[in-house]
Amino acid sequence: MKVELENLTKRWGNVVGADSMNLDVKDAEFVAFLGPSGCGKTTTLLMVAGIYKPTAGFIRFDGQVVNHVAPKDRNIGMVFQSYALYPHMNVFQNISYPLKLKKIPKDEMQKRAQRVADMMGIGHLMDRRPAQLSGGQQQRVALGRALVKEPQLLLFDEPLSNLDARLRLSMRSEIKRLQMGLGITSVYVTHDQVEAMTMADRVAVMKDGKLQAYSTPDELYDRPRTLFIAGFVGNPPMNFLEMEVVRENGDYHARREGFDVVIPSDRGEKAAGKGNVILGIRPEDITISDEGTPAEVFIVESLGRDDLINMHIGEASIHVLADPVLGLKMGQNVRLDFNTHKVQFFDPTTEKSLLWA
Amino acid sequence: MAEAVMGRKVIRGQKPPSRWAQFKATMGAWGFMGPATVLVLVFFFLPVVILFVISLTDLSSSNFSDPLTFVGLNNYVRLFRDRFFPKILGNTFFYVAVTLSCFNVGMALLLALLTTHINRRAGFFFRLIWLLPRITPSVIYILMWRRISHQPPFGLINQLLAPFGVEPQYWLFEQPWLFVILVNGFVGASFGLILFSSAIEAIPRDLITAAKVDGASTWQSIRDIVLPMIRWPLLFVTTYQTLSLLTSFEYILLLTEGGPGLYTTEVWALTAYKRALKTYFGHNQWGYGAAWGFVLVIIGIAMSIIYLRVFRFNELVQEPKIDVL
Repeated sequence: MKVELENLTKRWGNVVGADSMNLDVKDAEFVAFLGPSGCGKTTTLLMVAGIYKPTAGFIRFDGQVVNHVAPKDRNIGMVFQSYALYPHMNVFQNISYPLKLKKIPKDEMQKRAQRVADMMGIGHLMDRRPAQLSGGQQQRVALGRALVKEPQLLLFDEPLSNLDARLRLSMRSEIKRLQMGLGITSVYVTHDQVEAMTMADRVAVMKDGKLQAYSTPDELYDRPRTLFIAGFVGNPPMNFLEMEVVRENGDYHARREGFDVVIPSDRGEKAAGKGNVILGIRPEDITISDEGTPAEVFIVESLGRDDLINMHIGEASIHVLADPVLGLKMGQNVRLDFNTHKVQFFDPTTEKSLLWA
Repeated sequence: MAEAVMGRKVIRGQKPPSRWAQFKATMGAWGFMGPATVLVLVFFFLPVVILFVISLTDLSSSNFSDPLTFVGLNNYVRLFRDRFFPKILGNTFFYVAVTLSCFNVGMALLLALLTTHINRRAGFFFRLIWLLPRITPSVIYILMWRRISHQPPFGLINQLLAPFGVEPQYWLFEQPWLFVILVNGFVGASFGLILFSSAIEAIPRDLITAAKVDGASTWQSIRDIVLPMIRWPLLFVTTYQTLSLLTSFEYILLLTEGGPGLYTTEVWALTAYKRALKTYFGHNQWGYGAAWGFVLVIIGIAMSIIYLRVFRFNELVQEPKIDVL
């Protein structure tokens, strides 16, 4: 099923939950709403579910406006962060509840619930109560309940946030595999950018109720359109340095105190002559080498595979990912080589990208 | 193997705990339970024993200075032979059953559901209004009801209904049970109302959202999710209010004094009070009144046991769990 949001707005008095959201979800597409808490992603999801009535704008399912359609008539499945399993019902009753409401005959109900439960790997737990299940099992029941009525749209509200790190990883791929296999259009709300980037076909980045960007994970990562997206997407986050880009002898130089790097002309020309700009570069695009910009090691954090190192270049502070083999120590002086093909430039006042406007 | 050997070693090496250690271990438990136990003993158990002893005597205001004469079960025989015994027993069960089902549980549940499904502030306001009868002093509250149901040409009901051509009448006199139940129900509903609405508001929002998405209408989500989840307060209020209605009589005393006429609205607790402490000629039959009171205690205990069995309270009281969310 295709979903379209047109100027979708939700206000409570002066509080804006979602502000003129425009986006479309293609049939069988997996879309993530990504943003910090309070950005309006759950508000938007609940409007799609029909729990909240939009203040303005339209929600269309396959071209039909559904603003006033009750949640029960929208044929959606939903998975919650809290699982929201009915505590007084056992697993079978939980999974078959949507079918019971649809007045589906008992033997068919039994069959369908069992099939879904087997698919989720919880077929042997049918007579357990939710309180007798682990978090991962509860989330599988919740998924089963969402899937059993064969919905045309699946809504996920931070479904993995309550699981431990390992389980989150395996459930992540399981949900993705399930969604692809069944081909159900899905909207997935998360504040975890790794989840959004790994699972979604397209990611809608939101902030303060506004849609910041809506594109594929790769594009968000490589061509961030705003400073917010550049800083929010990617872990560890991108470094930002204020500087000036000037043209000298046909080369573009990005300069600030203690920092002078030659930028490839395709990127440099868009930032040159604009006064102060913000240069963005990801920690993995900086390497420690024999020559380059001098810097001083300030803090070394071990991430296991890499060390995350906080360095000082003059007054500025940046993060660099380095090989632990180097054994860098606090106070050590090193030189940094910047992968200038990956640098970003932003206008400090509009916070928009100078490269991908 | 190794573990088993080690296990045996440990057991063999342990001395049985000394008496002093055992005493110390249970001290804490006694310390915490003590005050409550003393209260129950002094204010419930002892009075019941004294009540029973008095019920075996002919103690009254005419002979209280003489030595006590025990009359065996004479007071009980007299009680069960009383011409109005069946009437009073029937009145009591009618009063408890109707007030409980229509107001203390029924109305309370209805109001709790209504006030939790409307705007939060409006819901709070209506709950507050329903608390007013409870916080009004009983004499003033009953005076209001008597004015409302007073005989013509007075009475608020008469004045309000007159324009519609309704014949003025002495409403309290014509419909004594209606007013007895309304008077008690308006007070009684607020207890369940407060408990039910807080229980309903404690149900996680996600569950209701999930039910709606699963395809439930409002009524279906109430039936399938809300009611099962407030089962415990429902049963608690039913039990608690049964017992408190069984023993309550002050509103009836103030409103109808058990009348109009002979024993029309007289309930058990009121009879016990009248026999023991209030008679027209100042003749207080403490021994006989105690017999009425003691039978009521027995009825109350029997009802509690029945409720405990029927509702299986033990299963309802679950181990408390600390919820992470």
